[in-house]
Amino acid sequence: QAAWCVLPSRVLLVLTSQKGIQMYESDGSIMVYWHALDVGEHSPAQAVFARGIAAAANRFICVGTSSGSVLVFDIPPKGTNITVSEVLEQHHDAITDIAAELGQAPDGAGDVVTADDAGTICVWEAGEEFALLGKIPAFGCSCSSVKLWNGIVAAGYGNGQIRLYEAATGVLCAEVNAHARWIYALDLAPHTGKLLSGAEDSFVHVWKISRNLDTDDVEIQHCHAECVTDTQVCGARFCDPEGDSFAVTGYDLSEIFRYGR
Amino acid sequence: RVDEWTDVDRKRVMNDIITTMFNKKFMEELFKPQELYSKKALRTVYDRLAHASIMRLNQASMDKLYDLMTMAFKYQVLLCPRPKDILLVTFNHLDTIKDFIRDAPGILNQVDETFRQLIETYSCLSAGEFQLIRQTLLVFFQDMHIRVSIFLKDKVQNSNGRFVLPISGPVPWGTEVPGLIRMFNRNGEEVKRTEFSTGGNYVTPQREGSFDLYGDRVLKLGTNMYSISRPVETHMSGSSKTSAPHAKESIVPNPLAKEELNFLARLLGGLEVKKPGGSETGFRLNLFTTDEEEEHAALTRPEEFSYKVINIEATQ
Repeated sequence: QAAWCVLPSRVLLVLTSQKGIQMYESDGSIMVYWHALDVGEHSPAQAVFARGIAAAANRFICVGTSSGSVLVFDIPPKGTNITVSEVLEQHHDAITDIAAELGQAPDGAGDVVTADDAGTICVWEAGEEFALLGKIPAFGCSCSSVKLWNGIVAAGYGNGQIRLYEAATGVLCAEVNAHARWIYALDLAPHTGKLLSGAEDSFVHVWKISRNLDTDDVEIQHCHAECVTDTQVCGARFCDPEGDSFAVTGYDLSEIFRYGR
Repeated sequence: RVDEWTDVDRKRVMNDIITTMFNKKFMEELFKPQELYSKKALRTVYDRLAHASIMRLNQASMDKLYDLMTMAFKYQVLLCPRPKDILLVTFNHLDTIKDFIRDAPGILNQVDETFRQLIETYSCLSAGEFQLIRQTLLVFFQDMHIRVSIFLKDKVQNSNGRFVLPISGPVPWGTEVPGLIRMFNRNGEEVKRTEFSTGGNYVTPQREGSFDLYGDRVLKLGTNMYSISRPVETHMSGSSKTSAPHAKESIVPNPLAKEELNFLARLLGGLEVKKPGGSETGFRLNLFTTDEEEEHAALTRPEEFSYKVINIEATQ
């Protein structure tokens, strides 16, 4: 996996693999940090890898591992003195995705969410010591991707469903039978609340998340569907914060497709 | 050449190959947790298996057979509706193999033993773990777009070598048909329901396939493609259209690799080598329509598709 981690004073490029975690300066010129994965934590038949990357609370970078632990790295404003600040051990299955709050969190709604292969989602408050605010239980399906916006958790699952939860309480707000296959990617446009989902069924959908002005209930509506013929979509990302354009990648595809209004 | 074979010959080849494939020692090795074989190692194992009996194939036919196997397997892994279905595909293969050797109880036992091991090892894996296995396999087959005539004919593959991904039919077991949106208030009560449409045409599946030793697998992937007589053809030309450079296999020989392959070869060759004796010259399988065509195919095969096979001395 690869992700840009945007912090106030610097942008780092973080890469994860079966060997460990690498962090580079944003132009890719220097590797500022290397973290080898602890093979001992795993049984011999288990795969070892790091997966799930997010920058949190303007200071930390969180990376998940195949054992279920989440490594929290403390990032200084410049230089290579990156340290492991904490290891979060609330998940018992391989981490699939990590997301940080992209908008304005209401009180108690948390800064970071972590998801795993069993489908469990944890909501955290970031700090010197991360505090677990809540756990959203699994319902029998792997949670493959997760996003956090204005206190709303958007989760994509291996059975093609998208679910929205209130981060502060863990209550289910919406359930969408979105795709006919495993959802690989979710992205969110923070200025508008548009949600992008891409799955193995070759479809990419654009949704809009909002709060009902009267009831304050979370709502979601379908905006657009795109079929990338004969392609299992593996990656999907908005290209702008309004969500007016997005890019798509797929298995066996050497091109990146870009769609725009 | 194939029509010179008798039924006795066919049965013999089938039995020999299956016996070799399900050899106890070989299976023990396969079930050990390990990395995926390299492309060279896999091709070598395949060559050994194909020659486990009195049947012989020369380079061109062997290449063609391997291409066919590779693309068929890629198709089956790619189209699995849910990750756990790769196990059902495997069971379909085994069910068919058991039918081929139903008259030979000794070999049947070996296959059943392997079947039980598969159930024991894999039945309890989670969907996420199966998806990781599936993704690892798909990476192995990435960028292979050899056109197979039976797939082209059945409209399962496009003329550019890509497989057709249907957007209709039953959804995987455990998935709902896309379209419904349900919204709830903070008390958990459903307050709104809407629908959206996509252009896809999905339906609910009837039942789940069986993961037992015997049972209806429901899934058709992995069943015999040749249960009715079909042409066997693979096309190379025009399939390498990708302009992005794909990683070339390292040519630097890995000192451990030859050891690993020798070991595999010893395991596979551990049985009595069935050398055609006396006046028997064995039977040569030609996958082309004439000998001349086969020769021509060998000479004109594009470089990037040639599998560099390491010759191994496995006599001991």
